Amino acid sequence: MKYTYYPGCSLRGTGRAYEESLLAVFRELGLELEELDDWNCCGATTYMSYDEVQSYALAARNLSLATKTGNDLMAPCAACYLALHKAQYYVRDYPWIRQIVDHALDTIGLPRDISVKVRHPLDILLNDVGLDAIKTKVTHPLNGLKLATYYGCQIVRPYALFDDQRNPTSMDRLLEACGAKIVPYPLKTQCCGGSQKGTLPEVGLDRIGRLLAGAVRGGAEMIATVCPLCQFNLEAFEEEASNAHQFRIPILYFTQLLALAFGVPLKEAGIQRSFISIKPVLAEKEIAYA
Amino acid sequence: MPDLRNGNQPPRIGVYVCHCGTNIAGTVDVAALADYATHLPNVVVSREYKYMCSDPGQELIRQDIRKNSLNRIVVASCSPLMHEPTFRGALAKAGINAFLLQMVNIREHVSWVHTNKVEATRKAKDLVRAAVRRVGFHKPLEKRKVAINPNVLIVGGGIAGIHAALTVANSGKHVHLVERQPTIGGHMAYFDKTFPTLDCAACILTPKMTAVGSHPNITLWTYSEVASVEGYVGNYKVKVRHKPRYIIEDLCIGCQECVEACVYKEGRWADEFNLGLSKRKPIYLPFPQAVPQKVLIDPEACIEFKSHKCKKTCIEACGERNAIDFHQKETIEEIEVGSIILATGFKTFDARRNAYYGYGVLPNVYTSLEVERLVNASGPTAGEIVMRDGSKPKAVGIIHCVGSRDHNTNRWCSKVCCMYSLKLAHLIRERIGAEVYNFYIDMRTPGKGYEEFYDRLLDEGVHFVRGRVAEVTDWPIHPSENGKLIIRAEDTLAGFVRRIPVDMVVLSVGLEPQANARDVRRMFNISCSEEGWFLERHPKLAPVSTFTDGVFIAGACQGPKDIPDSVAQAGAAAAEAMALADAKYVELEPYTAHVLEDACSGCKTCLNICPYTAISFIEETKKAQVNEVLCKGCGTCVATCPSGSIEQNLFEDQEIFEEVEGLLAYA
Amino acid sequence: MELKRVVKFEAERDPAFADWISHTVGGERIRHCLQCGLCSGSCPLSLWMDYTPRRLLLLSREGFKEEALSSYTIWLCTSCYACTVECPKNIKVTDLMYALKARAIQERFYPKRFAIPELACAFSRMIRGSGRITESRLVLQVFFKTALWRLIGFSNLGVKLLRTGRLRFVRERVSRQNEVVALLNDVEATRKELAR
Repeated sequence: MKYTYYPGCSLRGTGRAYEESLLAVFRELGLELEELDDWNCCGATTYMSYDEVQSYALAARNLSLATKTGNDLMAPCAACYLALHKAQYYVRDYPWIRQIVDHALDTIGLPRDISVKVRHPLDILLNDVGLDAIKTKVTHPLNGLKLATYYGCQIVRPYALFDDQRNPTSMDRLLEACGAKIVPYPLKTQCCGGSQKGTLPEVGLDRIGRLLAGAVRGGAEMIATVCPLCQFNLEAFEEEASNAHQFRIPILYFTQLLALAFGVPLKEAGIQRSFISIKPVLAEKEIAYA
Repeated sequence: MPDLRNGNQPPRIGVYVCHCGTNIAGTVDVAALADYATHLPNVVVSREYKYMCSDPGQELIRQDIRKNSLNRIVVASCSPLMHEPTFRGALAKAGINAFLLQMVNIREHVSWVHTNKVEATRKAKDLVRAAVRRVGFHKPLEKRKVAINPNVLIVGGGIAGIHAALTVANSGKHVHLVERQPTIGGHMAYFDKTFPTLDCAACILTPKMTAVGSHPNITLWTYSEVASVEGYVGNYKVKVRHKPRYIIEDLCIGCQECVEACVYKEGRWADEFNLGLSKRKPIYLPFPQAVPQKVLIDPEACIEFKSHKCKKTCIEACGERNAIDFHQKETIEEIEVGSIILATGFKTFDARRNAYYGYGVLPNVYTSLEVERLVNASGPTAGEIVMRDGSKPKAVGIIHCVGSRDHNTNRWCSKVCCMYSLKLAHLIRERIGAEVYNFYIDMRTPGKGYEEFYDRLLDEGVHFVRGRVAEVTDWPIHPSENGKLIIRAEDTLAGFVRRIPVDMVVLSVGLEPQANARDVRRMFNISCSEEGWFLERHPKLAPVSTFTDGVFIAGACQGPKDIPDSVAQAGAAAAEAMALADAKYVELEPYTAHVLEDACSGCKTCLNICPYTAISFIEETKKAQVNEVLCKGCGTCVATCPSGSIEQNLFEDQEIFEEVEGLLAYA
Repeated sequence: MELKRVVKFEAERDPAFADWISHTVGGERIRHCLQCGLCSGSCPLSLWMDYTPRRLLLLSREGFKEEALSSYTIWLCTSCYACTVECPKNIKVTDLMYALKARAIQERFYPKRFAIPELACAFSRMIRGSGRITESRLVLQVFFKTALWRLIGFSNLGVKLLRTGRLRFVRERVSRQNEVVALLNDVEATRKELAR
């Protein structure tokens, strides 16, 4: 299976570990990825605050280029995933938006067809590859490692295309197939605060603290995330958010955990990019790693 | 060419133009129109009059018929929906066949929709000319009479079905009441008290239930369902499936010795009547006041069915009565009735669909129906409000509009929830003095005594928070919330978000159509509305009739409603059924279709397109046949027949062509 | 205690503003809002808002522009879409927040050196310039425009990011950046056309 790959701006910066581990996992599974040629920023949530219609046009350029490739488009970053879908739906549902976007695409000589299927890696791994195939690739099982799976907002709201909107379990199932134990985590789809920690620190910190406390209370030894900003928020401000209780649990991308289980060497899985070392936990749970 | 039917006599047509006050005359030049008609072929008399539908107006027609030997009448006035029966009656009184009439609508179709007088008059002339040509080809027709079976089938033994059954039975007609549960009573039997009077539900319901059980004119079929329905108004053949209780009903006296003696010393299966809040044995009585007062055996739970090795202490305890029969089989019996009343009721919204309210996950979140059982003295906790962990709540939150007024679940308002939420608030305050919070969006209390009931509640210290609840959670963020269920909602009147810790949450679930409503409605050949409620013939003027003659609906199956309205509708449906029975015959309009046997080629094209399943295929003659009693005259088969061998009275080809020719022949 | 007389006269409403919001994305159903408060109840940030989302929708719908655009609410929204998903009337509340935010940025309805709109402006400048976002550069730009001294507080984090290779300064670019610019300009041009 071949997919066109849309990394998005974050996966080259703070979210590097996501890209590294994602590429490693896909390589192990024999899935071909081709980066979308000359992709531009999708606009994410910030551009939408500046100008919604322009952001749909930005997304549409990527969608048009991707549709031309003929493959499904994989967007690992949650914000990109949402921005691309939103552009598709709104261009379809609002004739005046369609008019503006079509005209813009015409002007830069791109086809109007933006109907490419935008997929999330969770969706691809669960539905295209399947749990059975994943299980066969596990060479270094996670030995009951207690994980809180944190989905965040944008892959389930407002469009829940491959998982339940209020109680998603796709990540849970994938990680369970690798031998992990998923702890109950009712806050799994509550907002991490996005960029608020930088702009309104008190607000951001409250949200982050709440999420960390919830995971720890559920007995989690690590938190598995799906979005670069969520991962950054939870990890970078973990110390600051600790008050009475010191939170020191590692925050990893789910692809990093998959990579570990597949026997991918730590460096290739981007493990060295974490602020908190995972080696103590791995040792405690007697999880072998490459 | 003029038709020489009706005794080989050429048509002698009378044309009558109505002024309708100024309704028509204000726009159409009625004098010119009447004058124009006199010059049309075969018109003997042409008049104009202020109000044709009035007595003098009709008398005018009758006198002209006698004096001028008229044999066809054209009335140019309002819509036939208004006065066709009136004018048909006038013809009949004057001694000629009522169907030798053609009405021309020069009000709704001309004077009410046009302003240009010249054009309007011209259009009226065209229409009258067409009618004059058509009416010459009208044949005399007779309305058919079909005898009506006075028996009534009532499906559903809730309060609506019970009331309808008693009303009809008291008039001397025989009622078959079919109920799928092992006892009648419906949802009302679950309640403790009813609003706004706080009458005890069982006290007012059980006398009626007992009356049904012992009424000589009611055949009560419990634990039964309707399997199939055939026939038409006045003549329905219904098959009733009677599920096996494994108890011989005529012998069981409801002493419950068998239940006492059962090898299971304690109940282990979820008691359906207590909504799973308590357990029952494999052999059980549905609830203490069940009618009929007979036990039944659950074959999924009883050991004897699984292993055939039970001691069968129940049979021993039953003793000489010998009422237990493990080999009982399901039976199907046929009954004949003339009319049917559907009173199949509602089901409550499945609260698990609102994931954020925690029903089914958080143990102390209950639905309103469950709480009704808790406060009921014959319920699982003997009327004590005790939660699953055995403790009594000190604070209770009641959440309105669960599964109602929500585009994500059900759009409608379920009508009764505000009232029953107030009732539960009152009962909880009364019993245990807990702090009660009602979270509402609008307080809907429109009935008789309802607003006064709300007034009463306002005095009782209940907290009212206007805001739709966003979530019920057990994750505290404040020390006062530890160990509690926290309800998070915006207090919209105050303007900020509140988190209110309670011990128990009650979800006021809305009403929905029964799960099998769509299958049921197909069986009885009626319609459902978009949401799934049974469809009434007219929302204002015919709320208990359906588009199928002889089938009526009553109660919550037609839409969410409270007990007074259900009973009122049940009485109305009973009256309709009784009116049908007392009329003894039903008259059917003659504009039905019939197959011209000689021309029919037996291709069967018409069979499946009839929306009323009125056409059948006769194997012996290999021809199609229209059941003129079921036929509604829609004309679909007439148009579909490839060989043109189906004709429809009053809409024969020649009649239609003449009308068209008349329209196109510009004077 | 200071007395304050508050009564809102119809003349104080801005009908053009009310009209504008009904025609933005999400505004097509704003008349359906029953003020049930579910949006506010499910909003994780509502605890800090001066006007709850429900109240803000009403103010906007009625044309109280001052109150709507000068509220803290629109800046607190993180577009988590909880309100949109929960709304029983299917109103796209998040998109209405975006519209108000964009309008406030356009009309400079915010205090000087306020980080959130500065972030949005810096973001859009970077897209116009390079077509992609280089996180480090973006963050620095926002700090420059708002409170440079706060950088000191983030220095610890900065070091950690550098150490783990997550802080990169190489500018991410789109090679056919002219396309991106032409695209954005064209959108503006078509919009102006449609407005006429």
